[in-house]
Amino acid sequence: MDGFTLDRRRLLAGSGLLGAAGLLAACTSNEPDEPESTGASQVANTGSGNDEPGQEVVIGFSAPAADHGWIGAITTKAEEEAAKYEDVDFQAVEGSNDVNQQISQVETLISRNVNVLVILPFDGNALTEVGIKAMEAGIQVINLDRVFSSARGYRTYIGGDNYGMGAAAGYYLAQQLTEKGVKDPVIGEVQGIADLPLTQDRSKGFEEALATAGFKVSNKVSAQFTVESGQQVTSNLLQAAPKLDALWNHDDDQGLGVLAAIEQAGRDEFIMVGGAGSRNMMDLIKADSGVMKATVTYPPSMAASAVKLARLVGQSKGMADLVELGVPASITLTSETITKENVDQYLSLGFES
Amino acid sequence: MSVSTAPPAVSTQRPGVLARMRGTEVRNLGLVAVLAVLIVIGAVTSENFLTTDNLENILVSSSVIGVVTIGMTFVIIGGGIDLSVGAIVALASVWATTLATQSYGPWMMALCAILVGAGAGLANGLLIAYGRLVPFIVTLAMMVSARGLAARLADNRTQLVNEQGIKDLAKTDVLGIPLMVIILAVVAALGWILLNRTTFGRRTFAIGGNTEAARLAGIDTRLNTALLYVLSGTCCGIAAVMLLARTTTGSSTHGNLYELDAIAAVIIGGTLLSGGRGTLIGSILGVLVFITISNIFILNNLATETQNIAKGLIIVGAVLLQRRANRDTT
Repeated sequence: MDGFTLDRRRLLAGSGLLGAAGLLAACTSNEPDEPESTGASQVANTGSGNDEPGQEVVIGFSAPAADHGWIGAITTKAEEEAAKYEDVDFQAVEGSNDVNQQISQVETLISRNVNVLVILPFDGNALTEVGIKAMEAGIQVINLDRVFSSARGYRTYIGGDNYGMGAAAGYYLAQQLTEKGVKDPVIGEVQGIADLPLTQDRSKGFEEALATAGFKVSNKVSAQFTVESGQQVTSNLLQAAPKLDALWNHDDDQGLGVLAAIEQAGRDEFIMVGGAGSRNMMDLIKADSGVMKATVTYPPSMAASAVKLARLVGQSKGMADLVELGVPASITLTSETITKENVDQYLSLGFES
Repeated sequence: MSVSTAPPAVSTQRPGVLARMRGTEVRNLGLVAVLAVLIVIGAVTSENFLTTDNLENILVSSSVIGVVTIGMTFVIIGGGIDLSVGAIVALASVWATTLATQSYGPWMMALCAILVGAGAGLANGLLIAYGRLVPFIVTLAMMVSARGLAARLADNRTQLVNEQGIKDLAKTDVLGIPLMVIILAVVAALGWILLNRTTFGRRTFAIGGNTEAARLAGIDTRLNTALLYVLSGTCCGIAAVMLLARTTTGSSTHGNLYELDAIAAVIIGGTLLSGGRGTLIGSILGVLVFITISNIFILNNLATETQNIAKGLIIVGAVLLQRRANRDTT
């Protein structure tokens, strides 16, 4: 890629020695430092030298409208991360759920000549062209979470793993139910918006992981990612299954409604796993007083990572723990399973719904 | 269908109670038949359908949208339309759950939601009746702006209800009947009296039938029309309180597409979209039909998309049926 060769030439020629020394120092000093650092987001910061103030980078940011907790957290985490760096000039545009409007907002950012763009598209396919346009104008694009249809549209992709999220929930429930010795369990699933590819990926992962234990989903309903719809469909689901062994709810935002329905029906005979990792759900898992036993992450902290990557790309730096000189082209985050045992580590990453 | 045989039998009865069962009442019989068919389908396809718990669940699920639909019925009979109901529910739910409001306790939260609903309705009513603007446009503007304001107030977060008093509403039974269902029944009963036994109700029918004639007959059509929207807004406020209890949250996403659900229920309930004729009982039956369909689909583990197709077909079918019943009786 053109941008990449340019990066490397600059690195080797000019500030290369300094940068390389920094990278080397990072690789050695990172190890002893690691156990001391507590917050997961802090790990990458320690001693890498990458956080030293460098050349100023103007980062443009565009995301959908912050109409629910998760997207809200995406925007705030990006802003907070950018504020940590003196050398970052963060320019966010107002979020929009209208792809047409988001395209013109990205175009505005392109014409403002930002150095790097972080884009969480409302619809990856619809924003691909403007991503390519930015790349061709020499602006590096960090594609956040919803992937463009062409790799020419981004310098680096970073996002969550929907299939892995379903699989994590499936494996956790399979293990719990097997341990209890439940035969032929009744397993319920509350999806988000059913026709989104991300929902289908999640359900596929869930089914395939359950299948490894010989289990299958008995009752499946779909909500709209909103609290109200979660309450409504779950109250019906609980009627459809008078006895449940386990329930996976795809999304912690709608989970508040799911839990309200469960409480109103006076049901507590099953275990429940959430999705995404909101602060509310983590508190419930920690308290361990109800059906809520675990949640599988789809962390909005990825926006903070995207800003970090944007800064590194803008300063032609690489990732300290990798051998390569440039930031990788694609990063998919793992979906981690948060239970009572490890919830304390994750509390700081939970988002407010 | 078995339904179509009912109207002629009724229309040939001698004068008296049955003779008055024309038009809208006959349509209600049709809807009762539709509901009966649905109940049979539900009972045959799922063993969990005809349980006390599930029937209670259907009634409780109908309660929130039911209250909204009652207000909508008044507005439509009066010749208007209210597209802003869902957004008003959202705004009222958010306003009532701000930390400031919650600090005053559950009663003030409920009062706040109802006042916000009534206030938004008043704004609609004044613009429509005294500003002489088209109801469609005014309530469309309210729909957009009320939801926007709700999102702004909530800062795009879901606000948790901390007051146990509100949450308990959803878990309270009175004489074995869920409080949510009782609230719906009380609102429906009050609405029925208001519509059928008061001057306000008769004026509403008159205005919806022919505004100019009503005005010439000396009715203050503007005041009456404005009050219709206040009524609809108030119903939204009550629905918001119920939703706070049901979901234990206030959110700008609450009440999504309520306007469509309510209008659909009113229409299949036999109320003329052009106004002047309609019944509350029909609207409530309409709500029950839709909620029962959703319930049957979920009990049978069928996808939501097919459910929406079925709902669409029922709307068209019910309207066709009503037209036929109407022709047979007049």
